[in-house]
Amino acid sequence: MSLKDLKDIPYGKTAIELKNIFLAFGGVKALTDVSFEVKKGEVFAIIGPNGAGKSSMLNVINGFYKPTSGTINFAGTDRGEMEPEFAAKSGIARTFQNIALFKGMSTLDNLMTGRLLKQKQNFLMQALYFGPAEKEEEEHREKVERVIDFLDLQSIRRTPVGSLPYGLQKRVELGRALAMEPEILLLDEPMAGMNVEEKQDMSRFVLTVNNELKTTIVLIEHDMGVVMDISDRIVVLDYGKKIGSGLPNEIRSNKAVIDAYLGVADDD
Amino acid sequence: MLYKETGQYKSTYKSDHAIFPLIQDKIAFSTLMFIAFLIIPFVINSYWEKAILVPFLIFSLAAIGLNILTGYCGQVSLGTGGFMAVGAFSTYKIMTYFPDLNIMIIVLISGLITAAVGIFFGLPSLRIKGFYLAVATLASQFFLVWLFNKVPWFYNYSATGQITVSERFLFGIPVTGANAPSYATYLFCLVLVVILGFAAKNLIRSKMGRSWMAIRDMDIAAEIIGVPPLKTKLSAFAISSFYIGVAGALYFAVFLGAIEVTESFDIMTISFPVLFMIIIGGLGSMLGSFLGAAFIVTLPIGLKFIMVDLVGLSAVTAKHFEITIWGLLMIIFLIVEPHGLARLWSIAKEKLRRWPFPY
Repeated sequence: MSLKDLKDIPYGKTAIELKNIFLAFGGVKALTDVSFEVKKGEVFAIIGPNGAGKSSMLNVINGFYKPTSGTINFAGTDRGEMEPEFAAKSGIARTFQNIALFKGMSTLDNLMTGRLLKQKQNFLMQALYFGPAEKEEEEHREKVERVIDFLDLQSIRRTPVGSLPYGLQKRVELGRALAMEPEILLLDEPMAGMNVEEKQDMSRFVLTVNNELKTTIVLIEHDMGVVMDISDRIVVLDYGKKIGSGLPNEIRSNKAVIDAYLGVADDD
Repeated sequence: MLYKETGQYKSTYKSDHAIFPLIQDKIAFSTLMFIAFLIIPFVINSYWEKAILVPFLIFSLAAIGLNILTGYCGQVSLGTGGFMAVGAFSTYKIMTYFPDLNIMIIVLISGLITAAVGIFFGLPSLRIKGFYLAVATLASQFFLVWLFNKVPWFYNYSATGQITVSERFLFGIPVTGANAPSYATYLFCLVLVVILGFAAKNLIRSKMGRSWMAIRDMDIAAEIIGVPPLKTKLSAFAISSFYIGVAGALYFAVFLGAIEVTESFDIMTISFPVLFMIIIGGLGSMLGSFLGAAFIVTLPIGLKFIMVDLVGLSAVTAKHFEITIWGLLMIIFLIVEPHGLARLWSIAKEKLRRWPFPY
């Protein structure tokens, strides 16, 4: 397994394929027979009511949960059981629903943690901080500064992220994921709890990342307006089952999806 | 006005990421180093050496070690005394088996041995956190002290169970043993502290330090961005124990000369004071390690001076009062400034920036 695999797939071809994923915690079935594929370069949305298993799905993709059965395929190769570190190395980055930043560290340091996997110097060189170690540090700093410029984080570079307002923390978290230069970016409710302006900013960032950096984006979001506007394809989950998938227009008129969201009359 | 960064532009990432980014800091640090290396060695006497400077340097090293583990990596440890004992006894055994080995090398090897022991006792940290880990490291404290007491091989079967340092020379000057001049022991400790202090600061501001802090702040997120938890925690245990082991080696070989393990490396004489040093100094701060060590080392001396010399209490009464006042100060400190002396310093810097204008 090398980093190249996901990079080498042509745009529009399948990057990740999930086949018949089952996930259970004891008696609770979080995911039941879910299959879908994410194509390279697209904005792919996972939607569904609360408790539908959307976040579990992301956790399966980046190796944090091990599916009870089913296969995960990156770039045409079966991945089997994997550790989160392995997913990170294959080029998958993610953000969390409840912000998971390193609160005691500055914005800059948080973004620099996104580069940890790419820093190769051993600890003795780091302790001496000389020659190659110093050069490496500066190279990565330059990459991180580009992310800082892109997300307008210059003014809070040195601020500990714990003291930043919610919207900015979400943005820093996106920045940390971007600093990893991922092939696939998993966003877990990036716009939850934001006002309209912040949502517009965030949508703009997501679309720019998709257009300019050609990063594949897998997105969970509750704001239907945003989802319908920015995503290329959508999959809908309800009670751990896939109830629909397709283009935004198809989903909008899908009977099962409407029933799941609005409920079904009993005397039907 | 005094501490103004205006006009100091940084045009490279290197200068922006420097240990002392401001010219004022550079001047202050150079002055300090000048005094420490070129003035103090000529004026030092035995009292200053034994009572203040050498213990301060040794405990700074131990505090840096514990700060790496607890302050930066978030793993609470109460085993400092045990690990320092490992450093001390390693030094003793190496001195016995290799009489010709350079003292500098002996001290560093003792550090490495302690690092290995630290990794072993760090293994539970993968499964347990917080208070539970503190209890697990407490076990290492008691086990190690018990071990050095019970197995006669460690103290070369001496009747008293004491270990005594033999004389070792560096550049022809004795640095250990009873004949070592004050300036020699002081400079020996100072050189080690400066070198290891810079090494620690460099580790903290590069990849390794950021991995530690990531694990400390949010271990799940750290794992997902590719920080391996086991390796990172164990590296913190290893490097922290290395520093504590070197401190233990110096404590035995340079400072005390002869020790008895239950007395010298007790939890009350080492583990708790070093933990207080980093709490009072500032968790996750290099400066805090030094300030905390200075505070804890000089506090008893200051209290004794006030109570015996100024107020006129008897030495015994003063000793009893000392512990009470110590505890009281600790509580007051934690309430008033939970982030430690390092935080007070950064507040002072902020004030100095604006002085004499309030806004």
